[in-house]
Amino acid sequence: MTVVHEEPTAGADVPTRRIRVTVNGVTKTVELEPRVLLVHLLRQALGLTGTHMGCDTTNCGACTVLVDGRPTKSCTMLAVQADGHEVRTVEGMSTPSELHPLQEGFKEEHGLQCGFCTPGMLMSAKALLENNPDPTEDEIRWALSGNLCRCTGYQNIVKAVQWAAHKMRGEQA
Amino acid sequence: MYPPRFAYEAPRSLDQAQALLAEYGDEAKVLAGGQSLVPLLKLRFAAPAMLVDINNVPDLEYHRTASDGSLRVGALCRHADLERSTLLAQFPVMASAAPLVADPVVRHRGTLVGSVCHADPQGDWSAVLLALDASIVAVGPEGRRTIPMAEFVLGPFTPALRPGEIAIEAVIPPPQHQPAGSYFKLERRVGDFATAGAAVAVEMDGSRVTRAGIALTGVGTLGTRATAAEEALTGHELTDGSIAEAADAAAESANPQSDHRGSAQFKRHVVRTFVSRALHRVLDAPAGKAA
Repeated sequence: MTVVHEEPTAGADVPTRRIRVTVNGVTKTVELEPRVLLVHLLRQALGLTGTHMGCDTTNCGACTVLVDGRPTKSCTMLAVQADGHEVRTVEGMSTPSELHPLQEGFKEEHGLQCGFCTPGMLMSAKALLENNPDPTEDEIRWALSGNLCRCTGYQNIVKAVQWAAHKMRGEQA
Repeated sequence: MYPPRFAYEAPRSLDQAQALLAEYGDEAKVLAGGQSLVPLLKLRFAAPAMLVDINNVPDLEYHRTASDGSLRVGALCRHADLERSTLLAQFPVMASAAPLVADPVVRHRGTLVGSVCHADPQGDWSAVLLALDASIVAVGPEGRRTIPMAEFVLGPFTPALRPGEIAIEAVIPPPQHQPAGSYFKLERRVGDFATAGAAVAVEMDGSRVTRAGIALTGVGTLGTRATAAEEALTGHELTDGSIAEAADAAAESANPQSDHRGSAQFKRHVVRTFVSRALHRVLDAPAGKAA
């Protein structure tokens, strides 16, 4: 399903709204229909395809992004609701020359296989470590329990988050 | 999946929100956390003409203890705020329920008041608030009114809100004696609908139960209050015998349906086990300590 939402449909009387949203530090003005979901705005209008649309039913968490720092399933929020808010996606984690410690951790500890759930895992893990720099294994599993992975059995995802937590605390990994 | 087309407004005051609701009547739907409503829109189970997004209405994000000791939960207080709250010490059944609602990501956005208004028989907060004799404050064209939880749910997905009314607050009355109790839920995996759940809220004067509220999740089309179980406890010493009696009575009150989550008989058994477990925790807790 491809729909371009940046301009009102010519001829059709489809009401749109203009919103201002800051995505990964850059403020954008977008005009869209109120029924467009946040995940559509990110992937289709802004081309940020790092956020994956998985189940589309609020279960899997692949589409998790941070809205004002809080992990949010972007398939379960209207894009117009992001008006005036700050959204962070997986594209905002790394710089061109350096991976985020969490991304490094997923690489070092083989925290992904097919990789489909990974962007959502990374965003949930990022929110966890921002609030709790030294989580226990239980706390990591609890924080990621809204994100489903069908490949790894979670073991290496937990290890990856622990790896990143060590590194971000300035300890030897 | 795209929701059907709708008009959308995000008013910046409760007055503006009420004006929109008055204008659109039952064609309008209030959007708070959206963790139930947005999926319903996407599945096209709901197709309101107007969505009134209250997320920009100021001063609804609170939860606080009022001067009378009651807990007030505003319409935009998220589950995650309650999960981390220190104010739930006086409401242990709420403290144990907050981390069990949906999953951690959904809890950051979903709201307690919205969940109760959604009136899903498998919603956790409805049972918890029923067990605590809470009420919902609504404002509408005819002014402000307070609706007891026992009267708030008319049927599955049918709250007792009139057209134009908006629920703004949940009020949980203060305990008169030592509060204790917990909420248990069986789910196949995190975020799934409850197979069965039980909210047990008691108040203790020493070893005597002065008040008992027991309500069940997912085992009836309406919020199920286990009245006979409450009566088996209230005014009596809490003992192994009274716990067994209450657990049996709660299982008897349940009206579960057999489905892919389990047979009716199994769900009754789960209810009996949960009520017994919650009450044994109270019995086994050191004197004067909430369980």
